Amino acid sequence: MRTAKTLFDKIWESHVVAENDDGTSLLYIDMHLTHEVTSWPGFENMRLNGRSVHRTDTVLAVPDHVIPTTSRSERIADDQARIQFETLIKNCQEFGVSLIPLTDARQGIVHIIGPEQGATQPGITLVCGDSHTATHGAFGCLAFGIGSSEVEHVLSTQTLVQKRPKNMRIAVNGELPFGVTGKDMILAIIGAIGTAGGTGHVVEYVGSAIRALSMEGRMTVCNMTIEGGARAGLIAPDETTFQYIRGRPLAPSENQWDAAMTYWKTLPSDEDAAYDKEVRLDAQKIVPQVTWGTSPEDVIPIHGRVPDPAAATDEQQRDAIQAAIDYMGLSANQPITDIKVDRAFIGSCTNGRIEDVRAAAKVAAGRKLADGVSAMVVPGSGLVKAQAEAEGLDKILTQAGFEWREPGCSMCIAMNGDILEPGERCASTSNRNFKGRQGRDSRTHLVSPAMAAAAAIEGHFVDVRDLAP
Amino acid sequence: MKKFRAISGAAAPLNMINVDTDQIIPKQYLSAITRAGLGKGLFHDFRYDIDDNENPDFVLNREPYRDAKILIASENFGCGSSREHAPWSLDDFGIRCVIAPSFADIFFNNCVKNGVLLIVMDDSKVRQLMAIAENPQTCNMTVNLDAQTVALADGSIVSFEIDSFRKRRLLEGLDDIGITLQRKDEITAFEAKQKSLMPWLYRQQQGSGQPTTGKK
Repeated sequence: MRTAKTLFDKIWESHVVAENDDGTSLLYIDMHLTHEVTSWPGFENMRLNGRSVHRTDTVLAVPDHVIPTTSRSERIADDQARIQFETLIKNCQEFGVSLIPLTDARQGIVHIIGPEQGATQPGITLVCGDSHTATHGAFGCLAFGIGSSEVEHVLSTQTLVQKRPKNMRIAVNGELPFGVTGKDMILAIIGAIGTAGGTGHVVEYVGSAIRALSMEGRMTVCNMTIEGGARAGLIAPDETTFQYIRGRPLAPSENQWDAAMTYWKTLPSDEDAAYDKEVRLDAQKIVPQVTWGTSPEDVIPIHGRVPDPAAATDEQQRDAIQAAIDYMGLSANQPITDIKVDRAFIGSCTNGRIEDVRAAAKVAAGRKLADGVSAMVVPGSGLVKAQAEAEGLDKILTQAGFEWREPGCSMCIAMNGDILEPGERCASTSNRNFKGRQGRDSRTHLVSPAMAAAAAIEGHFVDVRDLAP
Repeated sequence: MKKFRAISGAAAPLNMINVDTDQIIPKQYLSAITRAGLGKGLFHDFRYDIDDNENPDFVLNREPYRDAKILIASENFGCGSSREHAPWSLDDFGIRCVIAPSFADIFFNNCVKNGVLLIVMDDSKVRQLMAIAENPQTCNMTVNLDAQTVALADGSIVSFEIDSFRKRRLLEGLDDIGITLQRKDEITAFEAKQKSLMPWLYRQQQGSGQPTTGKK
């Protein structure tokens, strides 16, 4: 048995309740975030079986996926969405679970409010019925998405039956060039490892470029770990992490703080810990990225070109590239900077935080949207919205022609009425460019907030660093 | 949970890599508040055009694949979201077995919970089965979980590997929650230990509605 342990090993081993003889472990879950789309089957089954929530102090619910980003005072128009929304409220009341109401200032996207409220902490296990739960790993916790049956299992027993994944280390060293962000970094990583590169593994991100990221930058990187196939992505906690957490509502109180810090400082990986898979990237070589196809791995630097299917060595790959080009309405070898956009969406659990809004506003300041382009900025939470308004960012954006909305998942998953028309092309700060993701036959290009704003202003993709000041 | 013993029927070929969960069941079906009927949404954007008319070229719209019980798929099937609607829609359609060279992790776990058998096979074997499935005359197959075999229309047998963990759960339709609740004492013991080491993780619950408010 290894004595040198990784961050993941330490968290996993400190949470094993029991080992099963089939090689799976019973893992204790410290924190469970939940929302309206994937919680109802669990609650429904518990009601039928007469079960109660094992530890209500570990559950936090918030509506985010189907709620409108327009006026909060109106009744939700879509029947199904309204039923899901009301079901969440009813379930939380019946089972004694904390819910942040829609009209509360703290409401927002579940992966944004968790850290804001101090629920996300180093060394814990954290789950949610949503694959972008990987976001929380930025704090050095083991956080992963689960299905609705597992939601029920956690609510009833506070545990999960899990097979232990392997360790993967992704090192990014050097300095990110000016104008290149955490979003560009994770897009480049996925481009390098592919959408199955991390399957069966938990990723730990290390290196000077990772350390240099703010907590928000780290959250963006960890958020998209699932797009590289790994369920969880972790960054070891450090002073940046501790400063972010201190004083937040669910964080350790002041008299618990020293004890918590002492424990948190034992978490980083041991120096000679071994990993099953290793990848290295040079931060200096990363430039603004844009996805061209229908998978997050279909990514290319801004000055690149749409690939040519004829150049593919494998027949299945060739067909996949051709299908993606056809769906996206592009042509082989087309320069990315030639691609015109119809819409821009700035928001989502990937890039809906205050730094993202600031980045978009910086590009938008004193400029206007290109003719025929519409754009919206959806702050990730009420707290982000309030801070942005205090900084005057909403005015800068609306003066440039961007719509300023209420918090929610919005056009990332397009379940709430914020949706693209068939054929529309969108520069989006979200995390998936799958076919139909933002609307049937819609075309999604994933980019950073600054790049999305720049595309909206120029009417086509540009290297945001080249924009005249 | 339904037991999985054996299934027999048409195997439908889906020769596309990286089929993600948005393709398996798109977002409009996530507004569901019940599992029944999700089969209609399976591969929605492949099956129906924008006016909701059936796309005659898609395999599940052709005979005998309209009653397919098995799907032969390609690499990284089920990548993307954690939506459990993916195995629910497969099951509701009637497909309880998918054979592919590889599957995404979350989708894999969700299928175990829902009695859907995922068979991982070498790429070359999958391509062979794909070719056989593409012919409506030879596409009937029988999957026997206990024997770990896929029997083809011409009488030949292909074996597959499966770990004992999944095999037992699928064969017996085991409910993980029932099993775990038998370990209540071990869970309580763990909590007592953890509470003394990390008391900040054990909070006063204020009752439903609001989390504890604090500074900031």
